[in-house]
Amino acid sequence: MKNVNKITGAEAILLSLMKEDIDTIFGYPGGAMMPIYDKIYSKGRSIKHILVRHEQGAAHAAQAYAQVSGKPGVCFATSGPGATNLITGIANAHLDSIPVIFITAQVPSMLLGTDAFQETDMISLSMPVTKWNYQVTSAEEIPDVIAKAFFFATTGRPGPVLIDVTKDAQLGTLDFNYKSIKSIRSYNPSPAIQDEDINQAISLIASSERPLLLAGHGILLAGATSQLKTFTDKTKIPCAVTLMGKSAISEDHPYYVGMLGMHGNYAPNILTNKADLIIAAGMRFDDRVTGDLKRYATDAKIIHVDIDKAELNKNVRSHLAIHANIKDFFDRIIPRITYQTPENWIEQFRQLNAIEEEKVVRKDCFPGNGKIHAGEVIYLLSRKTNGEAVVVTDVGQNQMLAARYYQYKNPNTLITSGGLGTMGFGLPAAMGAQVGRPDNTVILFTGDGGFQMTVQELGTVFQYNLPVKIVIFNNNFLGMVRQWQQLFNEKRYAETNMPTPDFPLLAKAFGIEGELVKDRTEIPGALDRMLEHSGPYLLEIKTEKEANVFPMIYPGKAVDEIVLEP
Amino acid sequence: MKNTYTITAFSENHIGLLNRITIVFTRRHINIESLTVSSTEVKGIHRFTIVVEDTEEQVVKVVNQVEKLPEVLRAEWYLNDEIIYREIALYKIPIDVAIDKNIEQIMREFNAHMVDIQDGFVIIENTGHVEDTEKLYEVLKPYGILQFVRSGRISISKQKKELSTYLNELPVNEYVKE
Repeated sequence: MKNVNKITGAEAILLSLMKEDIDTIFGYPGGAMMPIYDKIYSKGRSIKHILVRHEQGAAHAAQAYAQVSGKPGVCFATSGPGATNLITGIANAHLDSIPVIFITAQVPSMLLGTDAFQETDMISLSMPVTKWNYQVTSAEEIPDVIAKAFFFATTGRPGPVLIDVTKDAQLGTLDFNYKSIKSIRSYNPSPAIQDEDINQAISLIASSERPLLLAGHGILLAGATSQLKTFTDKTKIPCAVTLMGKSAISEDHPYYVGMLGMHGNYAPNILTNKADLIIAAGMRFDDRVTGDLKRYATDAKIIHVDIDKAELNKNVRSHLAIHANIKDFFDRIIPRITYQTPENWIEQFRQLNAIEEEKVVRKDCFPGNGKIHAGEVIYLLSRKTNGEAVVVTDVGQNQMLAARYYQYKNPNTLITSGGLGTMGFGLPAAMGAQVGRPDNTVILFTGDGGFQMTVQELGTVFQYNLPVKIVIFNNNFLGMVRQWQQLFNEKRYAETNMPTPDFPLLAKAFGIEGELVKDRTEIPGALDRMLEHSGPYLLEIKTEKEANVFPMIYPGKAVDEIVLEP
Repeated sequence: MKNTYTITAFSENHIGLLNRITIVFTRRHINIESLTVSSTEVKGIHRFTIVVEDTEEQVVKVVNQVEKLPEVLRAEWYLNDEIIYREIALYKIPIDVAIDKNIEQIMREFNAHMVDIQDGFVIIENTGHVEDTEKLYEVLKPYGILQFVRSGRISISKQKKELSTYLNELPVNEYVKE
């Protein structure tokens, strides 16, 4: 009689996920995972499982799904190789602070530590790249552990968590009773903002003449994009973004002044060292943003607001470090601030921007003759989609150009591997983005190198008929490494040149339509055919082999030493 | 400037936390001079006492990264003059040496005491700073030390507030029932 309401651990995992409003899982089955997959078979109507072709793909897809949907991603893999294949994807989500719940299967608990078949110590392996992890060895633990996992993954500074579930815990039974978590005593995800911090911020802003606002990924993660807009509208403080902060503010906003960093825009990089006040909002002063730290923001006082206390004064010492949710900060400061940025400071951005437009943008986006430049394709696609597509990139030149030349309008529309710089991220992330936003156009910009790293996911794109628009810029080079070899290794192109397959033919083998573009005149027609096609589409575009991405802050140089050409 | 810092962290008593905490140090290539983990007066909460030689700047960053771990309740750092600290040392010496009258005098001077007598050897215990237990080692060495062992540092801060007072102010874990 008492056992009537008992369910297995495997079923409890799925029920717990459903209690957290999860309806989509990316994963791949295997021996130790079989009890869970058996339950997926019978829960098919309430939970959609996307079967990938390699676990790394599941991890990237789950992350991109989380970024576009605002829900945490969920990813399943079996023990041993299934789980280790996730590591790159977990690390990627960790460095970019994306909430993903990874659930890996494990050998039966009695075999733990014995080098059993397909046993790997996933707790130790994933420890440095997860926000939290836990090994479940009995079915009773499952609801509480999943509740904790969701709480840790989605609150404070978000991040990936991993739950390793032994096979006997999946098969064991429990009385299911799910309770989500509201607070944990060792963990404070919502630090209280002090009045004194707001007072000081207002007075620092009031006494500045050349303020610069740096908006990071934290704006998007906190859902503070409307606050950012209001603050910028009201104060006219020029707003620059980090790579991960792209799409936090519309690029047609009058006070949006471009992207920071190594391949960012000319004006915000140069003027970082002219500013007398920097307001760093939900960003972490990554080395790709700051260049030489000793010569970074040399004239500026710095207000740094971040939800992660460990980021405050980590790379850059701030004058006012505020440990807070960026949304709370804006909500508190907006009603009180009356500051207006002097027009002549804003003008300096416009002047430098015109120089970049003339010397770089025009050449990249309107080359007129010669081989095709990736920039012109991205720019044209941006116009054709009105800046409203979800753009996914791989890593390297395609990524930097997609960040620079697509004109992002809406929040969370650039999905890119920022912190880890994972080649091969693009295709699986595009899948995840499309699953999360089925009605949006999802465009993948990738290169011939990165695309081949996870090319097997074309099988997944085909299976679920995910209408992603795949644009491969094929220069037969690992373009960004080649650029560095040209600039710093006297063109010694060591192992960066690679022959490529016929990509449209490869797509055809997977049942995906595509075409090859070699000539500039074919571009508009091919883009239209791609956008109008109802299913997935692959466009291979042969581009200039030795094109470089500029502007560039050379390694070890200061932000204001950014150059427009080699 | 490098200095000796004692870092204390309080955490939930969960498997793997030691690993998580030490990763923060190894990532930054900081060598842990001494490490002691033990249960506190509050059930389910463990105390880590970690001694490092580094700059204040590095130590602050490490402490923040330790405190950031979701299951760490609090982490703090101290200079030597802000804490009372001790290491315990045990010395195993041959019994025929122990009956030498010098040993009695040495133990008196060092405030050491004998904790066990076995067939053939005795065990002497001494508590103090590393320099103290080191000095006793040097003094006993000529008599022949069979074995020597020293613990990691334990420390107590000079500030008034007790851990349990602080912990009692923390909210308890809250669950929401469906």
